[in-house]
Amino acid sequence: MPLTITHTPVYCLDLDQALDFYTKQLGFEVRQDVPMGPEMRWLTVAAPGSAHELLLAAVDHHIPPVDQAAMRDMVSKGNLAVFLEVDDINTVFETLRAAGTEILQEPVDQPYGVRDCGMRDPSGNHLRLSQPLGR
Amino acid sequence: MDCGELAHLRRARDLLDREYARPLDVPAMARAALMSPSHFARQFRAAFGETPYAYLQSRRLERAMALLRRGDLPVTDVCLAVGFTSLGSFSSTFTRLVGEPPSAYRGRDHAAMAPVPACVARTWTRPGWLGRRPAQPQPAQPQPAGPQPAGPRAEPSRIGEARPTAERIA
Repeated sequence: MPLTITHTPVYCLDLDQALDFYTKQLGFEVRQDVPMGPEMRWLTVAAPGSAHELLLAAVDHHIPPVDQAAMRDMVSKGNLAVFLEVDDINTVFETLRAAGTEILQEPVDQPYGVRDCGMRDPSGNHLRLSQPLGR
Repeated sequence: MDCGELAHLRRARDLLDREYARPLDVPAMARAALMSPSHFARQFRAAFGETPYAYLQSRRLERAMALLRRGDLPVTDVCLAVGFTSLGSFSSTFTRLVGEPPSAYRGRDHAAMAPVPACVARTWTRPGWLGRRPAQPQPAQPQPAGPQPAGPRAEPSRIGEARPTAERIA
């Protein structure tokens, strides 16, 4: 049975900030942006050419009120992560650093076959960028 | 606690995760969180469940475990590399929180950990984070072909940060 990942949620505190970061800083493109009243916005982005969309999910829009505070805490404390692969990690890292992104770890070769680095998106999600070694 | 305050606390915790080898004290940590030391210590504990110093200490031990898993570094070098200044204090703290002396931990076979990404190994091995330190992870199946650990017991040293190198701990 073929299986394909189509949407992965990234929980955000501020949707406009997230959209700006994931498109302008990281290079994602908007696939769907559907406002559904003040309480809901369906906003997805994807890498050019990719069918796998990130659902930029505002905590206020996608989490029931009873759990919103808990989810905001989880995001703010930095407990959630997003893993991305890029072609030129050194350049991407320097660009993001120059733009003021919070840095967790400079690029380094890892023994399991990637060069990776760590930073935080505007909501506090741990963004792990990697590039396969030998490319 | 509001999101802004949590974000400040997160930045201080990220500082501990990065700068654990420095002699950080609570006032220095509190500055990273833009808080007074007493408020910071109280709020850090409320947010993360342990005192800033306990967090720093378990971070240092987790880094020490990563360095020891390489198998080729003297315990004294590891002790100093992760920010302890006294070998006696390092050994007793390590033994108390990890459950065995550093030299015994170093001597065991840690090959099964090699494919685990640094940021996961970090959480698994941090003393006290997931209950007791788990046993060696057992891969569900043989590792497929693909990127394999570059060398014997090569291990990243920080959350993804530089794996321990001779230069780093020299």
